[in-house]
Amino acid sequence: IRQFNTAFSATRPLSMYYTKSHEWVNVSGGLGRVGITDHAQAALGDIVYVDLPDLDAEFDVGEEVSSVESVKAVGDVALPVSGIVKAVNDALSDTPTLVNQSAEDGGWICEIELTDTSELDDLMDKAAYDAFLESE
Amino acid sequence: MVDFAGWALPVSYPDLSHVQSHLHTRKGVSIFDVSHMLQLLIHGEDRVKFMESLIVADVAGLADNTGTLSLLTTDQGGIIDDCIVHRTTDGYLNLVCNAGCADKDLAHIMARLEAAKSSGMDVDVEIKPNHSLIAVQGPKTEGVLQGGVRDDLSKLFFNHTALVDVWGIPCRVTRCGYTGEDGVEISVPTDRTVELVEKLMAASDDVKLAGLGARDSLRLEAGLCLYGNDIDETTTPVEGTLMWTVAKRRRAARDFPGADEVMRRFKAKEGRRRVGLVVEKAPARPHYPILNLDGEVVGEVTSGSPSPCTGQNIAMGYVDIGYIKNGTPLQVQVRKKVFPATKVAMPFVPTQYYVEKK
Repeated sequence: IRQFNTAFSATRPLSMYYTKSHEWVNVSGGLGRVGITDHAQAALGDIVYVDLPDLDAEFDVGEEVSSVESVKAVGDVALPVSGIVKAVNDALSDTPTLVNQSAEDGGWICEIELTDTSELDDLMDKAAYDAFLESE
Repeated sequence: MVDFAGWALPVSYPDLSHVQSHLHTRKGVSIFDVSHMLQLLIHGEDRVKFMESLIVADVAGLADNTGTLSLLTTDQGGIIDDCIVHRTTDGYLNLVCNAGCADKDLAHIMARLEAAKSSGMDVDVEIKPNHSLIAVQGPKTEGVLQGGVRDDLSKLFFNHTALVDVWGIPCRVTRCGYTGEDGVEISVPTDRTVELVEKLMAASDDVKLAGLGARDSLRLEAGLCLYGNDIDETTTPVEGTLMWTVAKRRRAARDFPGADEVMRRFKAKEGRRRVGLVVEKAPARPHYPILNLDGEVVGEVTSGSPSPCTGQNIAMGYVDIGYIKNGTPLQVQVRKKVFPATKVAMPFVPTQYYVEKK
């Protein structure tokens, strides 16, 4: 069993969904963690500031929930699915470069309570997102 | 690669991030390809008089082979472009203007040239043929360049210019730049530009290529304007806090385009002024509103960026004249939030120009 779990955790979790605008949401139950993809952080460069949303703020799918700023540019972060903000990654206030170091894990931006899980059907899984990146 | 004024230019090079390149420039040597800029030669007996009919500098008063930052102004005193003029002993004035204003500047200068010729002036203007321009900037520039040059570069002071063979390539080397560091701009035959850059890079591991990203954050730290952002035709040298470019003799003579309006505004002490700001928490960017402590809009940001050297968010903008004292507390609206800011003197990072000690 331990071997199986190790093998499983070595692959990308099936709960990761991606958008064409390079955001991801990692869903577990009715909650989702949201961030920008590694591709997005590489394009932005050294991140200097992350605009964190207010707790309990509600957003529709596609609405700007945050912005991630590098030395050169500001990137809007659109919510991959509709939800209510339940937590924000306060570590990003002191260490915005977490987004560069670990965009799809430790550099998460906020956690939302999903208000319409059917919206997940419109998103890509890792394989589809990687293929999308190839085609860009 | 991005489009900059119609030219394809790199934001950075693969070996260094924007911030690494920026920091490197202040320790070693960075090479910027600035061949997109407009290089003009002004010929003729009346070239000084003609030049003074276009810009605010005391061209007649420039010592041989020296130059200065100057401004082309409209008849209303608005800034058409900022430029660098040099008075050479080689029979011409050298003028370098911004790429983004090249078409506009040329049209303006050529129209004035036609009128000047019609009135009998002996003057002509040409785009310097077949030459590119590279900027070599950073404290180790002189050491690296000296290896390819027989002339004693320790005698080439800030804003001085000379015709010099650089590794056998005939160039014009001018001690100036857009980073606040000691450095040079080298006007080099286009077909030997790659050769020159390769020689520079082979001369030392301290020499790195740099792109537009670092160029912008470096000039901002040095308090240098970016035409189109910080100054434009709606700003005169008065609002632009650039009256130092208007030489005393020219102010008195009121013989530059728009002089009456400029001098009127200068004495009136009203309106807005370009200032430096340090902003807390988030970078300020162009067009972000500047507010006073009561939340009233008193200005607007025109340039802004995190400052790699100071670790602060620095910015340039215009504020109402009542808020220009150093230390004045202000606020900047960053998208939906408002953050504290303070008016500070520029440059944000001390400049290192190789000025002749007198």
